[in-house]
Formats: sequence, structure tokens, C-alpha cells
Amino acid sequence: MSKILIVAEHDGGKLNASTAKSVTCAARIPGATIDVAVLAADAAAIAAAAAALAGVSKVLVVENPANKEPLSAVLAPQIAKLAAGYTHVFGPSTTFGKDVMPRVAALLGVSQVSDIMAVDGSHTFKRPIYAGNAILTVEAPAGAPVVATVRVASFEAAAASGSAAIEKVDPGAALPTHTRFVSRSGASTGRPDLQSAAKVVSGGRALGSAENFKLIYSLADKLGAAVGASRAAVDAGYVPNDLQVGQTGKIIAPQVYFAIGISGAIQHMTGIKDARTIVAINKDGEAPIFESADIGLVGDLFTIVPELEKALG
Amino acid sequence: MRRIMVGVKRVVDYNVRIRVKPDNTGVITEGVKMSINPFDEIALEQALRIKEQGLADEVLAVSIGPADTQQQLRTALAMGADRAILVQTDAAMAPLSIARVFQKVAEAEQPFLTLLGKQAIDEDNGQTAQMLAALLDRPQATSCSKVDIADGKATVTREVDSGLETLEVDLPAVLSVDLRLNEPRYVKLPDIMKAKKKPLDIKSVADYGVTEGAAFKTVKVDPPPSRQKGIIVKDVAELVGVLQQKGLV
Repeated sequence: MSKILIVAEHDGGKLNASTAKSVTCAARIPGATIDVAVLAADAAAIAAAAAALAGVSKVLVVENPANKEPLSAVLAPQIAKLAAGYTHVFGPSTTFGKDVMPRVAALLGVSQVSDIMAVDGSHTFKRPIYAGNAILTVEAPAGAPVVATVRVASFEAAAASGSAAIEKVDPGAALPTHTRFVSRSGASTGRPDLQSAAKVVSGGRALGSAENFKLIYSLADKLGAAVGASRAAVDAGYVPNDLQVGQTGKIIAPQVYFAIGISGAIQHMTGIKDARTIVAINKDGEAPIFESADIGLVGDLFTIVPELEKALG
Repeated sequence: MRRIMVGVKRVVDYNVRIRVKPDNTGVITEGVKMSINPFDEIALEQALRIKEQGLADEVLAVSIGPADTQQQLRTALAMGADRAILVQTDAAMAPLSIARVFQKVAEAEQPFLTLLGKQAIDEDNGQTAQMLAALLDRPQATSCSKVDIADGKATVTREVDSGLETLEVDLPAVLSVDLRLNEPRYVKLPDIMKAKKKPLDIKSVADYGVTEGAAFKTVKVDPPPSRQKGIIVKDVAELVGVLQQKGLV
């Protein structure tokens, strides 16, 4: 009988969609009981959203001013205490989960299963290695807790149709003060969130400048799409790092992905493997992106993109 | 001695096209080019820059792997590391066991800063730095794109999904580094010659009182599912037509 604890990701006020996707992954384990842990300074709204996720039995709430910011050194000892009695502890494979979950695993004396993309059994999982160029099926030992991160692009979000019990708990962990939050700068652009958007328009190095990247933003706004970028475009300073799609950026699974002026390096393709439809626009007909694209158009993006925007009405 | 410890992993070079073995037991690593994990190279570069700023006295490169890993450690020495330790093993060790070896090395060497790549590009686990920080009960910061050392503290900027996050951590600390932290230097020929004379100690996992601790059982390794070959459209009008037909716009 599997008893699974999911570590909720949130921004201090709202539950992140990665949590609902982690619940779906956990629910693939036959006969699993699923609880969600919310560690926050002010948890009410987050806990309510977690309690509404279909398949969740109970939401454990740890309210503490020390949990205001997601500092792994502070969160991990609390999660490790909450993990007592659970067979599995899951978190999302986002920058939040990637940071905190291995620390939890070490405190529990186990290695972590990173980036679960499919569940084959209670202790058997598929995960990508070598930037997704190979898929490894691993079996974690029975009798030890399974600590894992969930590749959120591989799972749909659980529906918000449940009504789990909410229980306040005190894990009683000693919390360090050696790590302090200073600041966060980030994109509140008003556009859809890249990680969960149904449509994404991404630009690459061929855009040539931050100024020219306006073409991408404009097309994205016309489509109601999120904006992404290749590593080359981020490295060149055209757009901020949080737009990067790929092995070392975000792994996404939109309904449609427009790759514009992106050559299609393997590290980029890793990030869009699960996109339903990939549209590639590139002036180099030999670019590797055309090998993976569902729809390709060879030509100059500076002509095509404005034309496309116009054609969309 | 103000020491920085850097983790160096030997991995299949990032330019190598990965192929899965026909018997599905792993990927083909025989006869392919091996290199320092690119993220570890960035970690080493950062350590060297901190030393060059006069904020450290010694850069120690540490690797855990087979005998041939000496090649990557010689490269690390040629880049500028002062000495290296190879904890030699042919076992495929679990991330937690790797972290335990680093813990023992850290306890012996007392670095004020440990820098590791945010992940190795072979198994993409991304665990070692966080585990090491937990075992040492020290601060961690992962995916760092900026590191400033001053007054017994590190101020680090991390690349996170929502943008950039800045943390202040007390030293000693364990940091994992991201791509945009720096561009590693090229190794020059005279440095390769000099590196041959630098100390490279060979140890065993048992020397540190750690058991090799098997990794998870590999059930099988498969190639990724391939996408169906797509279509090429001739112009924007045709593109819009196809998109509309699929209900995507």
C-alpha cells in the first residue's frame, strides 16, 4: 500500500499548477493514498486549492513565518519530518522541486528518482537521461522511502473537483538561519505562463536583437500565447533567462509550439518533446528543427512573422 | 588555507550523438569522447576566478570515477586547479553515495566553499550539491548565475522558473552553478605541461569509510520515441490553413 506525500509548490499566495500535475503522477501508482504538504507563512488559500485537487486525501499545513520564501535548507528538515509514515515523497521537477527534494532525500538517507516521466509500478519509473536521448527505467528498492521529482510536462493537471481535509501540523524540526532570502526579480508580463500555456511562440538567435524580439511578442499576443526562447537568444541577452526552453531551461508541453529562427539543437528539443504540434519557421531548410517539426515553413522570419500575424486577422 | 573544492565528473562529451545499446542495458560509451561535465567546468572556472580575486588560496578538484578520470582531472589542473583527488571506483555509485564521499573529503579538507555543476549531462540527476549540503548541514544555492564572496558570506543569484532569486548564505556553503555564470577559459599548451607536475592523489571509496552503495536497479534503457515526420508548407497562407484545420489558431 503506497502512501504518498506531495510537496506543494506555491508563490506565497497561489498554488502552482506543478502540484496538480504531481498529483496525477502519484495517482498512477495503484492503490495510492495521496496527501499534500503546504509549507508557507500564510497557507489558507494555497491549502484550499490543494484540498480541491481530485485524488488528494488530506492536506498537511505547516504555517510558519520562516516558510515565507522557499529556502530549501529551511523547508527540507520539515518535509523530512512530515515524511515519516509515507512510502513516497514527490515534488515537481521545477526549479523549486529540483532545489529542495534532493536535500529531503539525503536527510531520509536515500537517493532521488529525478524527473519521473512515467510510472510503471510503485517502485518502477521511467526518466529521461542524456538530455532525453535515452529513457531509463529504474527500480527503487522496496523498504526505503522513494523520494522523487515529477517531470510536470509528462502529466496533465488533476481536476479541481475534490474536497480533502485540511490539517494543521507542526513537524517540530530545528530550522537553520544560515540561508537568507534577499530578493526576487521576475517577469510578471501579463502573458500566459510559459510552463502551462497551451500555445507558445519561441524565438532564437536569428532574431538578432532584443528589439527584433518584439516580433515574437507581437505574434504571441495575437495568438494569446506565452513567449519562449532558445538558450542562444537568452545568452545573447535578447530576453531574460526565465524564457529559456530546453534541457537547462523549462520543459514544456503546449498544444502548439512555434519555433521561430531556432535551429533546433538537441538541448532545445529536449524541452519541447511533449508539444503536440511543433511549427518551425527558419530560413535554413537544412536546420535540424525541421526533422522534429510537424509543420515547417522555410523562409525569412522577418517577412513571414508579420505576414502570419496579419493573416491571423 | 582558504580552500575551494570543486566537483569534476567525467561524462560523454556533449557533442557526442548518444546511442542506446542494442540490448537495452545502457548507452554506448565505448570509444566515444569523454570530457569534464560542462557545468563542472563552469564551477571550476568560478573557483579559479575567486582565487584570482585574492579571496582563496587553493582550488582542489575532486572526482569520483574510473582510473581514466585522471584525464579530466589533468585538464582541471591545466585550467588552474592547484591539486586534485581521484576517488577511484568502477562502480556506478548512487548520488547519495557520491555525496557521502564528497562529505568525507570536505570534512578532511575543510573548504570554505564547494562548487559543483547543477547537473551532470549524462544522468541528469541534479542531486549531488543539495545532498552534500544536507549531509554537511550547510547552506545550499543551486543554479547560480552570479556569485559574490565577501565577509564570510556568499551572495548568489539563482536562475529560477520565475526569473532570478538572490540569496545570502553563510560560509562554508555548497553552490551548484548554471550556464550563464561564466565562460570557462581555454587550456593553453604550457599549462598542460605544468599540470603534469601538480599533485593528483588517488584514493579509494573505502579510504573515506563510505560503501559504494548501488544506484537504483536499471531495468532497461530505451531510445526515446521518435516524432512522426512532418510536412513542409510553401507559404503563410498554407500554414494558416493547416493550423486552422487542426484547430490550433
